[in-house]
Amino acid sequence: MNNDNPVRNTKVMNRFDLTSRLIAKLKNEEAVIGGIGNTNFDLWAAGHRPQNFYMLGSMGLAFPIALGVALAQPERRVFALEGDGSLLMQLGSLTTIATLAPKNLTMVVMDNGIYQITGAQPTPAASVADLVAIAVASGLTNSSWAADEEDFERLIEESMSATGPALIGVRIDDKPGVGTTRRDPVQIRERFMHGMGVREPL
Amino acid sequence: MAVAEGKTSPGTSESWHGVVLQTLKRNEVRLVPYVPDRVLTPLIKNLHADPFFTTFATAREEEAVGIVSGAWMGGMRGAVLMQTSGFATLANVLASLAIPYQIPLIMFVSERGTLGEFNYGQSLVCRTMRPVLDSLAMEHHTITRFDELEFIADRSIKQAVTTQAPVALILSPLLTGGKIFDK
Repeated sequence: MNNDNPVRNTKVMNRFDLTSRLIAKLKNEEAVIGGIGNTNFDLWAAGHRPQNFYMLGSMGLAFPIALGVALAQPERRVFALEGDGSLLMQLGSLTTIATLAPKNLTMVVMDNGIYQITGAQPTPAASVADLVAIAVASGLTNSSWAADEEDFERLIEESMSATGPALIGVRIDDKPGVGTTRRDPVQIRERFMHGMGVREPL
Repeated sequence: MAVAEGKTSPGTSESWHGVVLQTLKRNEVRLVPYVPDRVLTPLIKNLHADPFFTTFATAREEEAVGIVSGAWMGGMRGAVLMQTSGFATLANVLASLAIPYQIPLIMFVSERGTLGEFNYGQSLVCRTMRPVLDSLAMEHHTITRFDELEFIADRSIKQAVTTQAPVALILSPLLTGGKIFDK
């Protein structure tokens, strides 16, 4: 993480805290897609909901999966939580989302500049790139860094009535996730489909 | 030469791509992201022209797999179109998303690399496709004959949905005419 970069004026926050703040705001069975690793560990730890989907692989696909849910259910708000390293694997997906422009999709990029889970190695973007600027340049014009926790909550609220997709960048610390998702892919998928109203419980 | 492709009536059952389009429609497969391929061009064009379908290009095949996986879980059926070299980028997402989560991922792969290939790299990447499918014990069929296309495509889509398992339908140059060396 490059905390010394003079162009940064955003507070370094915590993934679990921000995820908990997001979950606390959800009142309408909104979908939440958690990317690989710490991102879905903290989503799990923030309190399981049937509308949560936890990725156990396929690094980089949280936004594409969320786009699919958003296209299938245009009346439901869909959130996607993704790490900076994961997003770097699928930067092209930002242009796809900008082109389709679903108004019910809110994306959150958890940026600590490191691959925390593999030993905290810096990402290639860490000291040179601005992921929110990349998102804007990809056509996602409603993209912003959250200055602090209050600003994050404000941006989340704002996105829920936006006329197009929203992306929120948050700078986070180097802490690992505080829980561990139960790694049962079929159960995760089946419960999520119940949560989406697609399946009845067995 | 592209015998079947010669009959290009959009959306009709007289061309291979017309049969694919009608079979997708009959099975309620509405969402069709793709990474384009020369051979798939008439199919892609006709999908765009038909308001039944939501069809669009993605930057990578993996991304398209993520999109149709999410859509399936949200209650909308999808299929991904790609060429052989695109399939070669998918081993990780097949093994970590589609198969373990039991998602009926439907893939149409335009086959390059055989029966007159002129690009050595394409011929090599083609040889990785069936070993990858077999190593994951995935259902796959190579469609060579127009008279078998509808049966294989229709039954395979239904099987994917009912067994919640991915399927790859490989469109052989024998069916589509393939891409021809023209220089």
